Amino acid sequence: MAAWTNISDIKQKIADSSAEEVTAAYIETIGKSKINGFTTVWEEAINVAREIDSNGHEGPLAGIPIAIKENISTKGLSTTCSSKILQGYVPPYDAHVIERLKEAGAVILGKTNMDEFAMGTSTESSCYGPTFNPWDLERVPGGSSGGSAAVVAAGEAPISLGSDTGGSVRCPAAFCGVVGLKPTYGCISRYGLISYANSLEQIGPLATNVADIATIMDVVAGYDSRDSTSINRENTYSDALKDDVKGMKIGVPDEYFGEGIDKDVEKSVWDAIGKFEDMGATYEKVSMPHTKYALASYYIIAMSEASSNLARFDGTRYGLRADGENWHVMASKTRAEGFGTEVKRRILLGTYALSAGYHDKYYLKALKVRTLVKQDFDKALANVDVLMAPTMPAPAFKIGEKIEDPLSLYLSDVNTVPMNLAGVPSISVPCGFAGDMPVGLQIIGKQFDENTIIKAAYSFEQNTDHHSRRPPEVA
Amino acid sequence: MITKEEVEHVGWLARIEIDEKESDAYAQKLNSVLDYFGQLDEVDTENVPPTYHVADIMNVFREDIVKPSMPQDDVLANTENKQEGNFKAPRIM
Repeated sequence: MAAWTNISDIKQKIADSSAEEVTAAYIETIGKSKINGFTTVWEEAINVAREIDSNGHEGPLAGIPIAIKENISTKGLSTTCSSKILQGYVPPYDAHVIERLKEAGAVILGKTNMDEFAMGTSTESSCYGPTFNPWDLERVPGGSSGGSAAVVAAGEAPISLGSDTGGSVRCPAAFCGVVGLKPTYGCISRYGLISYANSLEQIGPLATNVADIATIMDVVAGYDSRDSTSINRENTYSDALKDDVKGMKIGVPDEYFGEGIDKDVEKSVWDAIGKFEDMGATYEKVSMPHTKYALASYYIIAMSEASSNLARFDGTRYGLRADGENWHVMASKTRAEGFGTEVKRRILLGTYALSAGYHDKYYLKALKVRTLVKQDFDKALANVDVLMAPTMPAPAFKIGEKIEDPLSLYLSDVNTVPMNLAGVPSISVPCGFAGDMPVGLQIIGKQFDENTIIKAAYSFEQNTDHHSRRPPEVA
Repeated sequence: MITKEEVEHVGWLARIEIDEKESDAYAQKLNSVLDYFGQLDEVDTENVPPTYHVADIMNVFREDIVKPSMPQDDVLANTENKQEGNFKAPRIM
């Protein structure tokens, strides 16, 4: 495990030695990894670090190493969505977030493993094989940004970017004991993010602490004319790094503590809420009655959008191409061979939900239920500053435990998908342990009110030590 | 209930080749998920408008300014199937 786990320590180390030395140390750690979190290590990283040293460390992230999820386009660096269908694909351009990171002086270490096309909760469906949870190598790291969370937890990168369509940053953050933020929809440009469900997904950062999350947000968030859903709104996230929750009103939705919640998870989250009371906040129970329908609504919308977004992978312009006497046969064979089981299942369900005769029953109905879920958030957050709930109802499960039962895997996402339907921001912070496995507290805010949830998370972190516990040595 | 014949038809619509053996397994797994989706029937959505998108954005415009495109070589860099600056694909019809 590398010796430095946060931006502040790394900056000090760079000042004392060099960005090259820091980058080399991380690459050496990655080389000894047992978790299969990285899919590619960027050969150019050392040269970039050397150049930053020679340029006098310009930029807010000068020399800071960062890991990037496999679905964020990075010029000259393999970007495959962990799918056989995109093997060999090297983007000819950078995603907006990559442009911003490079301008800020960050050193891209490489790409991280994920569930194929971000469809999953366990990072088991990758063509590169599963990533292992650094806290227990027999367990999943969560998903779909499992690689991005696991490498941060294991000290193979201090920070990373993931993407969150239905909890894909927050779930692995909770399972791996790190901090993960899903920003408000539109805060971070999706230009260059290989799309799965475009009305739901957002790029989000993962780190060992809340201050680093705010620092990265200051760099990557902001308007981009190339993404028509990008919001033109100025914000400085690091302004929220204040230890002050006095008078803060917390809403606790009953529906997020439903049947099947692990007792240790429930206790850790209530202990955390008790800690907020000690710090001067108050809480009240709130009701969000449509929560039980959010999961079905989410999956219908996500699969419908997936069936459209993944139509571009037909073997014509990039990636795998199977033989076929005409385009239809070539595309059908390419997609049958190139996509994994879960991706095919979701495309088929999405195509079915959008097909003649079923559109109104499934897709339109799901969009109307989405309205009701969003109204639940509007009503609950009208009277409180933040909502708090468990990120995941149980700690990380064993590898192979749920992979053959898609419905069981989908049910794991019950506490994270409603925020994507409503487009509200949500952060997961470590708040305790269930046995030896980390538990995540989810703090949810109003649209564009990231600063309040960052302030709450930062205050919690300043007054507890859950985030400072690291997994057993795995390197 | 989705039948194996419907699975094969949806596979055709989605351009994913599915053989007869696979279609049985898919039908079984898809039905359990569709059963779960059926719970939405109990929600009263009469007079509820659909939310296609959460961002409060309508009609995003930009100036109609000509800008350089990505170089043709970069566009074609990820395929071996190219000819005279074009992607080479099997016949459509």
